[in-house]
Amino acid sequence: MRQKKDLLDLAVVTLLALLLSIAGSARADEAANPPGVAVKIDNFTFGPSTLVVARGTTVTWTNGDDIPHTIVATDKSFKSKVLDTDESFSYTFENPGTYPYFCSIHPHMTGEVMVK
Amino acid sequence: MRDERDDSADDVILHDHHHDGVDRRGFLKCMAWAGTGALYVMQGGVLKSYAMSALKGGSETAVASGELSFVQISDSHMGFNKAANQDVVGTLRAAVDKINALPVAPAFMLHTGDITHLSRPEEFDTVDQILKGASAKDVFFVPGEHDVLGDDGKQYLERYGKAAQGSGWYSFDAKGVHFIGLVNVMNLKAGGMGSLGPEQLEWLERDVKHRRSSTPIVVFAHIPLWTVYPEWGWGTEDSAQALSYLRKFGSVSVLNGHIHQIMQKVEGNVTFHTAASTAFPQPEPGKAASPGPMVVPAGELRGLLGITNAHYVKGKHALAVVDSSLE
Repeated sequence: MRQKKDLLDLAVVTLLALLLSIAGSARADEAANPPGVAVKIDNFTFGPSTLVVARGTTVTWTNGDDIPHTIVATDKSFKSKVLDTDESFSYTFENPGTYPYFCSIHPHMTGEVMVK
Repeated sequence: MRDERDDSADDVILHDHHHDGVDRRGFLKCMAWAGTGALYVMQGGVLKSYAMSALKGGSETAVASGELSFVQISDSHMGFNKAANQDVVGTLRAAVDKINALPVAPAFMLHTGDITHLSRPEEFDTVDQILKGASAKDVFFVPGEHDVLGDDGKQYLERYGKAAQGSGWYSFDAKGVHFIGLVNVMNLKAGGMGSLGPEQLEWLERDVKHRRSSTPIVVFAHIPLWTVYPEWGWGTEDSAQALSYLRKFGSVSVLNGHIHQIMQKVEGNVTFHTAASTAFPQPEPGKAASPGPMVVPAGELRGLLGITNAHYVKGKHALAVVDSSLE
């Protein structure tokens, strides 16, 4: 039994170390890349609805409504799963261009990301 | 229906700017919180609707003598658990109780979509289970946008669309009335509203082509088939084309959901109705920052439901009138 517990402890410590190293590398990545940009969905509106970002920027949409929404590129180049309340979707824009998008459930909700 | 007619005498059209039979005052008056369901009775080809809670006393006889009675429920949003209603199971059960309390069991039910909130299998299962408790055993569904999330409607079709065409449209006949269930929640385009699409429109044209113009037509679909409020996407882009195929018919009734409030309108041979939700109310067009669920004070939710009568008056120029009194 004693041996088993030691093994378990070792496993927990290893897992913790692994998690810490992952967190560390994530921080390093953030420092190297442009900061992420947030778009909040409130009242069936993308805020801001037009974004201008540098190449490599990660945009994160978060749904603040009581109703699910989606983020779908008009040209289908990116597409989120259905976002329920407080759920998020991120996409990194690698190439310059203009990316119009909309909510496929409520298509009157539209937005645009311009990548320089 | 005693009092409703008297009430309706006040609902005259004052200013008909759009020549559509509805002025702004009439339009607003047409909008009201309604019951947890509505009962429709075909009488002489004219569809009349009654909020279920109004069906007591003397009105029962009139309903019972209808040629065909059926019930529409809508927007049960099973799985929704936010502030606007944390007991959508309870309110759907209440709707079923109202159906079962009707003096004459309706022939069948129509569910005009948003059966579920997130298209989850257990949400569909719960609704099916609750509706099994209704006196009307047959339920005819059309999907709402919440029923086709993530899988383009695959699960919906497996459950309810085995005998349907395309993404779930179909028609059937009951006591001489031709019912048409349409799907306007698929393949929506950026910036647009509801959409039927060319394939479904072609099917509709064929479906009604050889029917006699005296056949009463009932069309049901989730999103309104007239433009209620484009700023919130409350309309169907290609509905005008669909309605053009129905022009020859003397009586066309269009039943929709989606906007979680009762609204009615008559345009030529067509009467449009939207039903209340069994789950939560939504604001009147433009009266809130968004069309999202409307939170009402605790204890008032059910009190807002089931209190509005609606009936249709035969005649080309008659405005459909809704008694919009609140309890």
